[in-house]
Amino acid sequence: MQILKLNETVAFMRIRKPAMILSIIVMLAAIASLATNKLNFGLDFTGGVKVEVGFEQAADLKKMREVLDANGFDDAVVQLFGTSRDVVIRMGERPNVKAEMLGNEILDILKEGMGVNVEMRRIEFVGASVGGELTEQGGLAMLTALICILVYVAFRFEWRFAVGSVFALFHDVLLTLGLFSVLQIEFDLTVLAAILAVIGYSLNDTIVVSDRIRENFRKVREGGPEEIINISLTQTLSRTFITSITTLLVLAALFFKGGALIHGFATALLFGVFVGTYSSIYIASSVALAFGISKEDLIPEVIEKEGADQEEMMP
Amino acid sequence: MLNKTPLWKTLLVIFVITIGALYASPNLYGEDPAVQVSGLRGVEVDASTLDQIKSQLDENNIETMSVALEDGQVLARFKDTENQLKARDLLDDTYGRDYSVALNLTPATPDWLAAVGGTPMKLGLDLSGGVSFLMEVNMKEAVNKAQTGLVGDFRSELRGEKIRYRSVKADGDAVKVIFRNVEDIEKAEDFLSKQNRDLLFTIDEDALTLKATMTEQKQKEIREYALQQNITIIRNRVNELGVAEPLVQRQGQKHIVIELPGVQDTAKAKEILNATATIEFRMVDSDNDISNALDGRVPASSQLLYERNGTPVLLKKRIMLTGDHIVDANSGFDEYSRPQVNITLDSPGGSKFSNATKDNIGKPMATVFIEYKGTDRKDAEGNMIFEKVEEVISVATIQARLGKSFRITGAGSQQEAHNLALLLRAGALIAPIQIVEERTVGPSLGAENIKLGFQAIVGGFALVFIFMMIYYRAFGVVANLALGANLIMIVGVMSMIPGATLTLPGMAGIVLTVGMAVDANVLIFERIREELRSGKSVQQSIHQGYDAAFSTILDANITTLIAAFILFAVGTGPIKGFAVTLSIGIITSMFTAIVGTRTVVNAVWGGKRLDKLSI
Repeated sequence: MQILKLNETVAFMRIRKPAMILSIIVMLAAIASLATNKLNFGLDFTGGVKVEVGFEQAADLKKMREVLDANGFDDAVVQLFGTSRDVVIRMGERPNVKAEMLGNEILDILKEGMGVNVEMRRIEFVGASVGGELTEQGGLAMLTALICILVYVAFRFEWRFAVGSVFALFHDVLLTLGLFSVLQIEFDLTVLAAILAVIGYSLNDTIVVSDRIRENFRKVREGGPEEIINISLTQTLSRTFITSITTLLVLAALFFKGGALIHGFATALLFGVFVGTYSSIYIASSVALAFGISKEDLIPEVIEKEGADQEEMMP
Repeated sequence: MLNKTPLWKTLLVIFVITIGALYASPNLYGEDPAVQVSGLRGVEVDASTLDQIKSQLDENNIETMSVALEDGQVLARFKDTENQLKARDLLDDTYGRDYSVALNLTPATPDWLAAVGGTPMKLGLDLSGGVSFLMEVNMKEAVNKAQTGLVGDFRSELRGEKIRYRSVKADGDAVKVIFRNVEDIEKAEDFLSKQNRDLLFTIDEDALTLKATMTEQKQKEIREYALQQNITIIRNRVNELGVAEPLVQRQGQKHIVIELPGVQDTAKAKEILNATATIEFRMVDSDNDISNALDGRVPASSQLLYERNGTPVLLKKRIMLTGDHIVDANSGFDEYSRPQVNITLDSPGGSKFSNATKDNIGKPMATVFIEYKGTDRKDAEGNMIFEKVEEVISVATIQARLGKSFRITGAGSQQEAHNLALLLRAGALIAPIQIVEERTVGPSLGAENIKLGFQAIVGGFALVFIFMMIYYRAFGVVANLALGANLIMIVGVMSMIPGATLTLPGMAGIVLTVGMAVDANVLIFERIREELRSGKSVQQSIHQGYDAAFSTILDANITTLIAAFILFAVGTGPIKGFAVTLSIGIITSMFTAIVGTRTVVNAVWGGKRLDKLSI
């Protein structure tokens, strides 16, 4: 069976300028949303206390708020979590209570005030200082990942591809962050992990395409850089589609079956895989093209051996 | 002939996958409820303890599956949790004082599997339920305390050398001494720098001051010591909690991670972790008869306490010195190679102690360890009742007037001396610690997470299976075989690596690897199709397909590995779990998707004259 039957080369690069403009607009929109709406940072980053409780019947949120109000926790945010029987209560630290005991206190108050069986499902407490450190560490991790990848791709391919793939990664990360900002989905540690996985996936895609471009630059005798990139993209399109489909399939399973805790994670990946596929075509390749990738940069055709590419990079 | 796999390679593939399956198989067997008994503070569990426990369980008609001595602890397995709980209560009554009695679930791995090192995967706290704490050591306080100590030291050292000074005080992160004249400064610098080699001295002659700053090295040592001391103390307290397989581990420069699987009552755990322990030095009351005291006639100025082995000791109530003056305590050997404990006090402590001991030479002195232990009882307001536990940990005769540093000999074995030093240090925390992070997962949520994660894996698998079979037909089946083998390998490797734990994000990582692992096969199969279209023969196409796709797959996977490694380096807990499964998945998938499928493809289609391929 075959989904795509392509006999002609698709002229991907013909619309690279409009695509680039579109990308820039969307990226600017993401930046604007991040600047105004900010990210809805989860407990991991802001610090505070979160308690998840379970009830046997549908939870009475109104009563819960009343009970918490009556005990001086009027700033607590009470929300359903996943099902109607699960409730998450979130609040910041307060001055005269030992922060680490806050969770237990809330649990006791609810157990006493609700009159029904309250089951402790989860207590999380993160000190404000830890949250701050984590934000810093998370940013640093992202940056380190990007630099390491840049170095590896430059070493294995060519600096123009490296710049192209890092641009693509930046695009994917920015758009995913933008989505979380626009929809105000909670951004926690698992989402950060998902974004790093998006980096991995998107890169995977970019590498496959770059690899084929390099191969064709060496193999195909006629045609300019644009033509060769088009040929390469057409040849790999089928694979790009199939892999995206299988990945999206498993992510859909994760999204629908994985439960509320994993929702943010699945959302980030679903979206990331989608934009990652787009960016490996229209960001990575067109940036490399814009920087003037040409046959001469990749031509010395040596039989594949370790270190063969290394020599090309040296002047 | 093209596309024939040499026999050794085929055998290798079969061997590797069999090993993976073998080590994955312990996960198929469940777990038995168990009770484990292990010694506290140097008390050892031995064969006699085992026999005692065995006979005690028999006497009380508690059915056991097995009772055995494993890794220095007694492990009793039961058929059901009812017997397990009965046994716990019974054993806790008898052994609770000197032993930790904890509930546990032990893998029901068959003996032959356990013999080759087969164990099931370790579950993270988000799957097994339990609590994890992150505690932060107040390093500023540690350095401050050392500085305060220095101020006192300088005063007494200068006084001892009869060097006159105007004042000694802490100034920023330095200690500043002001003198009356330049001569004294030089004398003091000469003397103090010899005494304190890890300090940097600077003289300001105009202001008549001598400034001493701690070297970077010294400050680092202080911080390191504070962290290590806290870890030791927390380990002790955690052992008291009676938790099976607790984890206490340093994280970075000032944090300690504590994981307590299965713990539900986090309030109790927190109280115990935050509990304070103190040390008191008191004189033994040898003027009064201890037998009278045992009969209930304790003199008003004295108190009756017990040593750990039950020996009663009559002590004077007056406290000579408290443990917060202890700067350091460590065990070593005296000149006759008998174990001893060396104790260093701070300056005020030294002079206090010297005054208190000068009239008591030749008399016995006791060291009392006081701890507030949480109990299961609660007061009217529902707060946990703390029990003050006082215990005499050493009785020694004062041989001479004691000063800033002294030693206690006759502590018994080297292990006992070591424990005594540890307890003495526990009574003198250099730096306070604080809980900065808590994550508690209830048992029902943990079980639910496992169920959801499992469903997601099965669901993802099924979808990819069906898709691949429809799209690549016979070759799709081969890819699916590889996918199945990959899952077995991931589980096998996760079970083999002692540090790897399965977490909920880790399960998501497995799902993700399923989606990405087929990518290798998609690359290869698409390439084969391309070669077929360009008119190459079937065997040529298969050969070319695998060859050309290889370097692409390698590059793509290495870059993903880079991202996974970074995630591992900066992540904690569940995130680390994700990084681990993702990395393992990438590596095993390369093996199954490239080498594994090639072997199958070669066996089925290789070396034959074929006109068509089911791809």
